[in-house]
Amino acid sequence: MKYALLIYEDEATMPSQGSPEGQDLYQKYLSFTKDISEEGINRAGEALHGTDTATSVRLRGGELSVTDGPFAETKEQLGGFYLIEVDDLDKAIGVASRVPAAETGSVEIRPLVEWV
Amino acid sequence: MGLTEASRTAIEAVFREEHGLVLAGLIRFTGDIQLAEDSLQDACVAALGAWEGGIPDQPAAWLTTAAKRKAIDRIRRARTLRAKYETIAHDLTDVEEDDMDPEAIEDERLRLIFTCCHPAIAPDARVALTLRTVCGLTTPEIASAFLISEPTMAQRIVRAKRKIADAGIPYRVPDRDELPDRLDAVLSVIYLIFNEGYSASSGDELIRSSLTAEAIRLCTVVDTLLPERAEVLGLLALMHLHDARTPARRDEFGDPILLPDQNRELWDHERIADGLMLLDRALDLEQPGPYQIQAAIAALHDMAPGTDATDWDQIVVLYGSLRRYLDTPTVQLNEAVAIAMAGDRREALRRIDALEGLAQYPYLHAARASLLADEGDTEGAEAAYLAAIDLTASAPERRLLMRKLGSLRDGEGG
Repeated sequence: MKYALLIYEDEATMPSQGSPEGQDLYQKYLSFTKDISEEGINRAGEALHGTDTATSVRLRGGELSVTDGPFAETKEQLGGFYLIEVDDLDKAIGVASRVPAAETGSVEIRPLVEWV
Repeated sequence: MGLTEASRTAIEAVFREEHGLVLAGLIRFTGDIQLAEDSLQDACVAALGAWEGGIPDQPAAWLTTAAKRKAIDRIRRARTLRAKYETIAHDLTDVEEDDMDPEAIEDERLRLIFTCCHPAIAPDARVALTLRTVCGLTTPEIASAFLISEPTMAQRIVRAKRKIADAGIPYRVPDRDELPDRLDAVLSVIYLIFNEGYSASSGDELIRSSLTAEAIRLCTVVDTLLPERAEVLGLLALMHLHDARTPARRDEFGDPILLPDQNRELWDHERIADGLMLLDRALDLEQPGPYQIQAAIAALHDMAPGTDATDWDQIVVLYGSLRRYLDTPTVQLNEAVAIAMAGDRREALRRIDALEGLAQYPYLHAARASLLADEGDTEGAEAAYLAAIDLTASAPERRLLMRKLGSLRDGEGG
């Protein structure tokens, strides 16, 4: 079964990329990605730039509205995702718990819709 | 001909009794929970007709055979729509009467329990699904036990089954390293079911008592399938030790009688002995845990001839230990009450007033009222009783509180 692992963190508490903590975190993600690729379960994964760089688009009644910022203000923000393929939810939970963000933020597991 | 009321009731009791076991075997047979359930449903309908002459000696075997045949029928009908069933239908050639390997069935039952109690399912839904699937209660019965409308309860169960299918919740007994946490989830569902029946905050009395029985039965099954686990035994002991008091808990009007006022001779002393034995077995295993502590507290009450002779000091110590596992406001409240009973009312009141999050909990106000009355603060006690009366959803409880308020006003103390 295919699952999306959606990575949420509080941006305000995240270390900056250049800092030693930031580099450390980056290495952790590199290592995790390498592991799940070797395990043959990694289907895709990307990091996202912060919500400062977000743009929200809504089309209502033919009118386009473009605003600066994420779709909503939330305590934790979407920072990246992985798409994995594993046998069942328990396996997905196991993988999600290994995502570095699991320790400081939240990882949301969503099954992908399989269109038949 | 038709069934008499009595024989229908008897047959339905048999359905309930055998539900979990037969369903487990059918799931093993079909590999599909929904198909197994639907086929069992078909078989029960058939049984209502076929059993008019009497219930067979082996009702489980009868139901299993009938359900398997119904399952094959359904698979054949669905064959044109679902390619995957082809493989299963291929293997279903002969259906034997005795196709029930007991050990394999027991594994199935355990699988079923763990799946229904999976942490990825909402807690309310876990309870409903377990009662429906493992215990065989009907949706109307479960709805009435929890005071929820039938359509809402039905939807809850449907949603849980859909979550299992869509999210890929596996149908298996957890691995050794996952087992402790997962077992915790199962035990908490069982305890929720027990408490729903035991506290009977309102609702149909008969349904409520069947919930406590189901909870005890379920825990016994878990103990049989996963023996020598202290917290399972602890929970079982706890439930027996509480349930043993049932004969003394209600007066002739159905109103609650609180522990200090109960006639302890009415307690089921055999069940108390059972509970104590289970607790001993649990403690011998030296795997401490919160259910064992709560059972120990219940044991101290059950062994005491009366409130004054109860070992309140020891109970206070036990609550202290319990808080290391479960430091909730409710546990803190119970600890405070025990401290009062052990002699330090002031400290108890101080602690109760410092509690957070229980403002809507009638028992907090009732406990405060009782302590304030003992301290001679009649005004404070009255206000607290009124607050409790305002908050309780249970008519019997309200009546009790009003009687206490009445006694307070009459100068007889609260």
